[in-house]
Amino acid sequence: MTAASTQNYFELFDLPVAFEIDNASLAERYRDLQRAAHPDRYANATERERREAMQMAANINEAFQTLKSPLQRARYILQLKGVDFDDQKDTSFDSEFLMEQIELREALAEVRDDPNALSRLNTLMQDINARITDMQDDLAKALGSEDLTEAKAMVHKLQFLHKLRVESENLEAELADAL
Amino acid sequence: MALLQISEPGQSTKPHERRLAAGIDLGTTNSLIASVRSGQADTLPDAEGRHLLPSVVRYQHDQAAQVGVEARAMAAQDPLNTIVSVKRFMGRGLSDIKHLGSRLPYEFAETESVVPRFHTAAGNFSAIEISADILRVLRDRAEQTLGDELQGVVITVPAYFDDAQRQATKDAGKLAGLNVLRLLNEPTAAAVAYGLDKAAEGVIAVYDLGGGTFDISILRLHKGVFEVMATGGDTALGGDDFDQAIAQWLMQQAGIQDDTSHHQLRRLMQAACSAKEALTDAEQTTISLELDNGKHWQAELTREQFKQLVDPLIQKTVITCRRALRDAQVDASEVQAVVMVGGSTRVPRVREKIGEFFGQTPLTDIDPDKVVAIGAAVQADVLVGNKPDDEMLLLDVIPLSLGLETMGGLVEKIIPRNTTIPVARAQDFTTYKDGQTAMSIHVLQGERELVSDCRSLGRFALHGIPPMVAGAARIRVTFQVDADGLLSVMAREETTGVESGIQIKPSYGLTDTEIETMLRDSIAHAHDDVDARNLREQQVEADRVIEALQVALRADADLLSESERAAIEASMQALAEARNGTDHRAIKSAIEHLNEITTEFAARRMDSTIKRALAGHRVDEIKLQD
Repeated sequence: MTAASTQNYFELFDLPVAFEIDNASLAERYRDLQRAAHPDRYANATERERREAMQMAANINEAFQTLKSPLQRARYILQLKGVDFDDQKDTSFDSEFLMEQIELREALAEVRDDPNALSRLNTLMQDINARITDMQDDLAKALGSEDLTEAKAMVHKLQFLHKLRVESENLEAELADAL
Repeated sequence: MALLQISEPGQSTKPHERRLAAGIDLGTTNSLIASVRSGQADTLPDAEGRHLLPSVVRYQHDQAAQVGVEARAMAAQDPLNTIVSVKRFMGRGLSDIKHLGSRLPYEFAETESVVPRFHTAAGNFSAIEISADILRVLRDRAEQTLGDELQGVVITVPAYFDDAQRQATKDAGKLAGLNVLRLLNEPTAAAVAYGLDKAAEGVIAVYDLGGGTFDISILRLHKGVFEVMATGGDTALGGDDFDQAIAQWLMQQAGIQDDTSHHQLRRLMQAACSAKEALTDAEQTTISLELDNGKHWQAELTREQFKQLVDPLIQKTVITCRRALRDAQVDASEVQAVVMVGGSTRVPRVREKIGEFFGQTPLTDIDPDKVVAIGAAVQADVLVGNKPDDEMLLLDVIPLSLGLETMGGLVEKIIPRNTTIPVARAQDFTTYKDGQTAMSIHVLQGERELVSDCRSLGRFALHGIPPMVAGAARIRVTFQVDADGLLSVMAREETTGVESGIQIKPSYGLTDTEIETMLRDSIAHAHDDVDARNLREQQVEADRVIEALQVALRADADLLSESERAAIEASMQALAEARNGTDHRAIKSAIEHLNEITTEFAARRMDSTIKRALAGHRVDEIKLQD
């Protein structure tokens, strides 16, 4: 096993463990790492080297996906700091957040019957995206001040919002294809 | 950095020797082979100057398979023994084939294998064997033109091919005696040919409508890296369906029934295809048809009528384009170029509708029939080691999600579609009964929620789980998809470390035994000697391994202690001796031993490569801080 495969994703990309990340630099490093490790670079190498290359390239892909997404990145940082996640058990939310979620879901459900479904959906998606951006800002602050309990709660809330975004994207696809 | 890149110029064992490599476009309608010669990639013609090899194979009693133009000429006369569009059958089971249409002019043999076999005058053949016959003709063409054996090939597949279809293609290559360096997605190959030609950067869309398959890929080109952002398609939609639509219209007009003869069906399809081609330039065309009762029937088809027949099909591709853009999170206006690939993009209506959708005139300046083979040849040239300093890198994705069957006939996705490959993901399972020692895992591919709506790739039975109370065992199943898009599954019981015995039952592919038998049959057919062939293969592999290791040692010997290096060199020496003997098994075991002993060396080299890859950044950033 390579030492690089046991490094954490930040170490692999030679970046400090931090929520703030420069996306352009992340993408640049990703390409440089894949240029070095991709199995296509080892088409003539020994079987062992080809196997190492495949595993390393898969690891780099996984790391890139995790670091690129603010939600996954935050979750990963918390895990590095020893915070455990158990999505089945971690289900307590404040009632204000739950009410908001119920309202958003109702709004999404009503879109389908609206004669101007697509434009209404568009407005709703902008609302969801704004909430996600706000939540990510708060998450950055919580992580910055090492408030891990608060950060973990926010990761859970963000997961809710992301799920909602995926559902609205699916509905948008469905509506667009029906045109 | 590749191994060969590290070596000093002139230090490689055979510095001036160019390795022969080729790119193969194994198409539904036509196949091509291309190679890089004097720095230029081009398709190779046959002795008569024809570049396109019709993907048609005819089997006659006691004769070698006839492939290409001659076979195609007999398609209407001898429909049962003449297989056209065999690509549509790759990786497909009998039940899928029934979906392809009730009007298929073939007979299928009843066999025990899950792979259907065409019944012909020369015997029963699977789609894999028939494709291998096409590949052999291309291989011979290339070896005659280039003057020596091919050392490796890249074969292209539709981006939307699933695991079974990819595996079938790779097996066909193996069966044709080819060293398949890589399966490359057709739109990615086209992007390579296009990107290098235009030195393009930014987001491009490749619209690939062939004879029987449709693909759309959205790629980002950046400094030699071709990163596929999303791909979509339909492996059963292409020019053949345009022909079918016309043929059905003809049947209606001429009053031909569904249960008409095989000959009549072939004539209908050919008339439909000619009419479609005529409408590329003409506003209308006359179709004349010989009927089974000997009479002639004639009709006019206008472009307007043709539009009505094919528009629903083109609309299907537009919907897929829209989804691919969405998956790539790119707006149509961000797409800088739309590249048209595949013979069916010659249909003016296709260009018109796709141009409309992307809001720009699609690019058609590289021959849409040749562009895929040319891109594959460029990649083959790099992979075989002729361009050690090349910066080109292709990052592809899996086209369809991979998942497992869970309770209630539902699919749980493990790897979602459009995930960059290679990828490895693990999932933990446990036993649900006390003392349970076996477990069945069903692997599926597709986007739908129900098992019955997805494609079954295989079932894995895990045996030898140590008996424990329910829920105590922890079975980790790892999915790995390699750069070819091929899946492998591994399972391990984590609490005891038992690597469970896995039995794989592919739902559509050939078993290893079947491939073995086919290889033997094809060799026997060619009057070749199995042992001689095995020996040659092992010798070639031994040479390759020794050369790769010598290059590695020259570059990174400092990563080894004296004794480690001595052990590797002794093992390499043993392989070199075995290689000069005549026992192919001895060579194989020496290769395995050498592989084993270099494991740690390979890991250390990977670490040092990874470190070097980012070293440039640190220097840059320090400079910036000055």
